[in-house]
Amino acid sequence: MSETLTKKDFKSNQDVRWCPGCGDYAILNVVQGVCAELGVHKDNVAFVSGIGCSSRFPYYMDTYGFHTIHGRAPAVATGLAAANPDISTWIVTGDGDALSIGGNHLAHLLRRNVNVNLMLFNNEIYGLTKGQYSPTSPVTTRTKTSPMGSIDRPFNPLSFALGCNSTFVARTIDTNLKHMARILKAAAAHKGASFVEIYQNCVIFNDGCFGEMSDKKIRDDRSVDLIPGEKMVYGNDGEKGLRWEGGAIVRCSAADAAVWDPTGSAAAAFAMSTLDHDPEMPNPLGIFHVVDAVVYDEAVNRQLDEAVAKKGRGTLKDLIYAGECWDVK
Amino acid sequence: MTTPTDIGAELPLQQAETVVIRFAGDSGDGMQLTGNQFTTTSALAGNDLATLPDYPAEIRAPIGTRAGVSGFQLAFSSTDIHTPGDAPDVLVAMNPAALAVNYKQIKPGGLILANTGNFGKNDLKKAELETNPLEDGTLDGYRVIAIDINARVQEALKDSGLSKKDAERCKNLYTLGLMYWLYSRDLKPTEDWLQKKFGEKAPELAAANILALRSGFNAGDIHQLFQGRFEVPKCEDLPAGTYRNIMGNPAIALGLITGAELAGLELVCGSYPITPATTILETLAAHKHYRVTTLQMEDEIAAVCAAIGASFAGKLGCTSTSGPGMALKTEAMGLALMTELPLVVVNVQRGGPSTGLPTKTEQADLNQAIYGRNGEAPIPVLACATVSDAFECAIEACRIAVEYMTPVILLTDGYIANGAEPWKLPNIDELPKIKQKFAVAKEGEEFLPYSRDEKGARPWAKPGTPGLAHRIGGLEKAHLTGSVCYDSENHEFMVHARAEKVAGIRDSIKTPEVHGPAKGDLLVLGWGSTYGAITESCEALRRKGKEVSQMHLRHLFPLPHGLAEIFANFKQVLVPEINLGQLARILRAEYPGVEFLSHGRVLGLPLSAHELAGKIEGLLEN
Repeated sequence: MSETLTKKDFKSNQDVRWCPGCGDYAILNVVQGVCAELGVHKDNVAFVSGIGCSSRFPYYMDTYGFHTIHGRAPAVATGLAAANPDISTWIVTGDGDALSIGGNHLAHLLRRNVNVNLMLFNNEIYGLTKGQYSPTSPVTTRTKTSPMGSIDRPFNPLSFALGCNSTFVARTIDTNLKHMARILKAAAAHKGASFVEIYQNCVIFNDGCFGEMSDKKIRDDRSVDLIPGEKMVYGNDGEKGLRWEGGAIVRCSAADAAVWDPTGSAAAAFAMSTLDHDPEMPNPLGIFHVVDAVVYDEAVNRQLDEAVAKKGRGTLKDLIYAGECWDVK
Repeated sequence: MTTPTDIGAELPLQQAETVVIRFAGDSGDGMQLTGNQFTTTSALAGNDLATLPDYPAEIRAPIGTRAGVSGFQLAFSSTDIHTPGDAPDVLVAMNPAALAVNYKQIKPGGLILANTGNFGKNDLKKAELETNPLEDGTLDGYRVIAIDINARVQEALKDSGLSKKDAERCKNLYTLGLMYWLYSRDLKPTEDWLQKKFGEKAPELAAANILALRSGFNAGDIHQLFQGRFEVPKCEDLPAGTYRNIMGNPAIALGLITGAELAGLELVCGSYPITPATTILETLAAHKHYRVTTLQMEDEIAAVCAAIGASFAGKLGCTSTSGPGMALKTEAMGLALMTELPLVVVNVQRGGPSTGLPTKTEQADLNQAIYGRNGEAPIPVLACATVSDAFECAIEACRIAVEYMTPVILLTDGYIANGAEPWKLPNIDELPKIKQKFAVAKEGEEFLPYSRDEKGARPWAKPGTPGLAHRIGGLEKAHLTGSVCYDSENHEFMVHARAEKVAGIRDSIKTPEVHGPAKGDLLVLGWGSTYGAITESCEALRRKGKEVSQMHLRHLFPLPHGLAEIFANFKQVLVPEINLGQLARILRAEYPGVEFLSHGRVLGLPLSAHELAGKIEGLLEN
């Protein structure tokens, strides 16, 4: 394809039907821009989703799209990727879709390292069913199904992904469009399963749940961007930093900050992932973990090629007239 | 090494038409292997045959217990046969539990070969027997040959270099050798198989097993165990052609590969191991050089979803499972129906509900197949009648899935899955063609993913096709455009469109034939694996001069054209099933003027032809 596509080319003709002010609009906007920049033709792109507010996403992309059933997008996408590894396959999911009903499929997609880009819109609430606590809601979250406060301990999506042997783990937020674009481009460039948690504000049922991370006045003080090969520096004036002490992360001055390396063991990334609800520490965004590993869908197809090379492409005659045959006259 | 001799030739050699043997032992005794070897050898000898493996759900239930008994029944014949037989002529019992579980089913006067090496006090206790049935009169009325096979194998293999334990493991081949002698079978196919299996890796095991087989064979004569030998001549009723021996699950797998090839598509099977369906996945996994992709997914839901994803991508997705797995796949099948993507779902039925009887056969998932989804959710359902028919049905399932852009459910069961029979191989050039073409963009024309062809099928546009980017999903679709649409009139239109498309499949299928008189008092109407028992009972009754007709359904939803006219020619229609009358109830709703009688048994076993014949005879007399 020689024609250059623009962001507009990735917009479908469907009316977008998220609530006014929903963080999903920002994500859609960024994804459409990122797709145009990737240089992949929209006919070679597929968006696969499950069920939930986020899962309406494919209808708004003028690419191939499959709005599947609750929690199963990773499984459908695995079949799609295995059947055609040349398609740029994206999964759009939410905290309920990915971590409640679809937790099993998510785990297996990640450990298999299927070549997909997965965006988990985390708003710590069930939106489409009107505001029940989700598997990422903090304990004590009060909703109609938890009137005395939720008692379930939440998942940390990044810890989960790292525990599944993910090869690319990152986090971004709906209010920082440039950051989101950078992270999504890195995810798309990674060969294998790219897991991106996107903090996404649900304006109706959980407004402000990532307020500290969004508020321009304090966000630089409350979050740190993990940029591969750069110092872990944060603060309103970039005056603070993070460094390692034993296996633990501690605060320090910007001058003493350590350089972030996401390509090593997952332990460092795991330690970083646990800072998300620590009031003393900045909450990390950015790229937590990137390693190379065998890509599932490529390996699946390589085995087919190897089998054909070794045995020759099977014919129906060989298939049916196989083993010990005898003639009856 | 002793070699097979022909010195038994002086013993009287009797001709037998059909012989039924049941091998029974502990689940670690290798009875399935023994039965399969006898099957292959008999097939190569030109017999018609039918088999019934019967094994416990546990891989190794406690040794020596009744729960751990594994059986393999085999009928081989010089005539055309349809079932593995109701009552065996011969029981091989490797331990007291195997004897206790099985002896009552043996024909009166039948032969029982018991391995006394396993009839110690403790063995009897494990089998919950207070006295030794070989001595207490239990087996009066049977011919009993009691020999210590354990000791004989040790004696035969004393110079083999094998440990005592390893030598004992060869006792099944010694036993097989005895049976080969009794039925004048050729040792060579099994010897070749042993060479192939062990020859390279463990030549000493190949040699020991072959020695055990030959020792058993020679013992038949040397020790004067039997009063005579039998010979089952080759079957002259089999139609001319090339044959091979095959089991039901591999036949399904080959049919799926063939169906995909005939449609010009590559097959992708998403599956999850489940008894008794697993060997479909295993067989497909061995055919990667046909560009067959097998994805062993994390669960049943993921398995069907991966198949759907593959179909979306432009390959032919299929999934293999059994009842509990079907229950899990239900929602995803609805998605395949809504998105109108081809998908073949094979349900190898087993005893239910819930986990039920994993290794036993049943036909009780028919209602689930036809009705088991939310919403108005018509999915075509077919069922295979025999092991060979499984191959054809798999192709037919692929045809319907691809030509009509629909999920299809193919029902088979544990009996067909594990049963073996000689398969008359089809002429490759005569296999049906499957029409398939992917959508391509047309200049100046809007692509309408939910437009329909003359069959009601929508276009299949795979990702990567220039200009056809579109979205599908489980929400209701607008006619033509496929956009999400909650409009009530559109919904009703689409519900009808999907129903009519599936109903229209009957225009592409033949009305099944009636065997026996076209008019009469009684039509016996079956579906699925009861074909053998129904055929056998009807043929037996017709030989006795009774007038009874038979018809078998392959397509259960939609039902073929012309059934009402056929039913009108009979006073009553008897529907034998391995359930409590599921098809009978469907037919009563569909053809209200016809008197359908149900014959339903749920024993975890194939229907008994003998019992069914009695039922039919009773009806004919009234």
